Amino acid sequence: MEHFLELVTKPDNVPIVAIVLLLPLFTWLAFSQGRRNDRAGTPAEAALNDKVYCWPYLCRNEFLCAIIIMLVLGIWSITIDAPLEEPSDPTKTPNPSKAPWYFLALQEMLVYFDPWIAGVVLPGLIIAGLIAIPYIDINPRGKGYYTLKERPFALITFCFGFFVLWIVLMVVGTFLRGPGWNFFAPWKEWDPHKVVPLTNVNLSYLFGIRNEQPAGIFGLCAVAGYFALGPIYYFLKRGTSKFLQELGLVRYIVVSFLLLTMMALPIKMILRWTLNIKYIWVSPWFNI
Amino acid sequence: MNERRNGLKEKITNNPIWQSMFRHGYEKTGRRYTLQVLQNVWLHLHPPRVTRHAINFRFTWCMGGITFLMFLVTAVTGVLLMFYYRPTAEYAFRDIQYLEFDIPFGMLLRNMHRWAAHGMVIAVMLHMFRVFLTGSYKKPREFNWGVGVILLLVTFFLSFTGYLLPWDQLAFWAVTVGTNMARATPVLGHEGPFHPQDIVTQSNDVRFALLGGTIVGPSTLLRFYILHCVAVPLLASVLMALHFWRVRKDGGISGPL
Repeated sequence: MEHFLELVTKPDNVPIVAIVLLLPLFTWLAFSQGRRNDRAGTPAEAALNDKVYCWPYLCRNEFLCAIIIMLVLGIWSITIDAPLEEPSDPTKTPNPSKAPWYFLALQEMLVYFDPWIAGVVLPGLIIAGLIAIPYIDINPRGKGYYTLKERPFALITFCFGFFVLWIVLMVVGTFLRGPGWNFFAPWKEWDPHKVVPLTNVNLSYLFGIRNEQPAGIFGLCAVAGYFALGPIYYFLKRGTSKFLQELGLVRYIVVSFLLLTMMALPIKMILRWTLNIKYIWVSPWFNI
Repeated sequence: MNERRNGLKEKITNNPIWQSMFRHGYEKTGRRYTLQVLQNVWLHLHPPRVTRHAINFRFTWCMGGITFLMFLVTAVTGVLLMFYYRPTAEYAFRDIQYLEFDIPFGMLLRNMHRWAAHGMVIAVMLHMFRVFLTGSYKKPREFNWGVGVILLLVTFFLSFTGYLLPWDQLAFWAVTVGTNMARATPVLGHEGPFHPQDIVTQSNDVRFALLGGTIVGPSTLLRFYILHCVAVPLLASVLMALHFWRVRKDGGISGPL
């Protein structure tokens, strides 16, 4: 436990602690406002639609905010010193070696996916997916005010991605991963000699497929079948669902692909924890 | 008393020097409030007037502004730090030590730079969260949301390139771990899937381009220094100009109407 407290109070981990404390506060602020707006029928923001002069009303707020933030930054800088360790030495690898805190969700993904997915493809898709949001979200409601019930799907998807797949993974990667990137509970000492049995197997192995080629074909089918869920749902539902018709085929393809890719991470995590699955698909060129 | 105060105010604001600097007086009229914003290069990004909900802390959380403030703080402290820092493997670490122990307020300077950078990353994440929760990316602001996403990426990259510069164990291995991902880039990385064998090797793939070598070394330090101090801040400034301008052009801060 002492060790964990030391880790939490490390100067470079202050930002993570700050974000872990700030996020619930701001989420509560936004959600309570959203609930109030939903109950009232018209958002509170709409009632405040008269105009005020930027000078002095907006500039005053900006100035006030700047002073408070500079005070916080000043106190932070006076009380906590930026870390400086020993001079760099390429021959002395620390264990564990960690990326800066804002990349630790990506480093944590490396446990479940190979580097080309966790380090390159998934970050690329996160960026592309974020940029795509305004073009695939065709819900015209909930623009410019807090709301919960007018756009539940968008909120749940974004909050799941942000809280669970970004913040939680970042916290786990920073505080709960020790030597050898092994998992250590907060009350456990980091033991560099911790022995972890490597019992992971590929999905095909669980189904009794031992040979390389059939295993590869099985993996291909598993992955293709997973991503086929999107089109299958579309063709089953498009006749009756007004939403799908409005969304259109191209947008639907993008939405379903991004959503399935996002959900592939928690699915693989759960498969790893429960069935010790290493890879879904092993091929001569890459493994997924 | 009041009369004397008004007389003094009149003397200060109604003379050729004041008029030449501000091009308006200081009377309490809507016309002057408008001119105050329009005639000031630092304030002219603002419209003359905004809707009342937009100045509410509970609506904006002020996070976009805080991000920009943090950028300004890192820019100012960063320029000061550059006076004491040489981006070579021989001097980098010693210069940081010198900064910490011998230069008046050197430690404070370094702390402010580092914590403002971390603060910027936090603020930019919260800003994005707020913009999403209020649905502010919706038409006509789709493009500006995209610019914002790129700015998020630029913020990460600014912070990441700066992380190497102290040249201590923390910096060296964090950047080693971070840039090791590049070797797994499909096609372009020497350990990535589908890379052309014997054509893409560890001495010409994307990781090599980023590091200027096969491991993090002196040329990486120089590369990251130039990216951190010149290239990326310039890119960030250009994108920020675009981002702020588009906020105005897309109808100002978002609202229900």
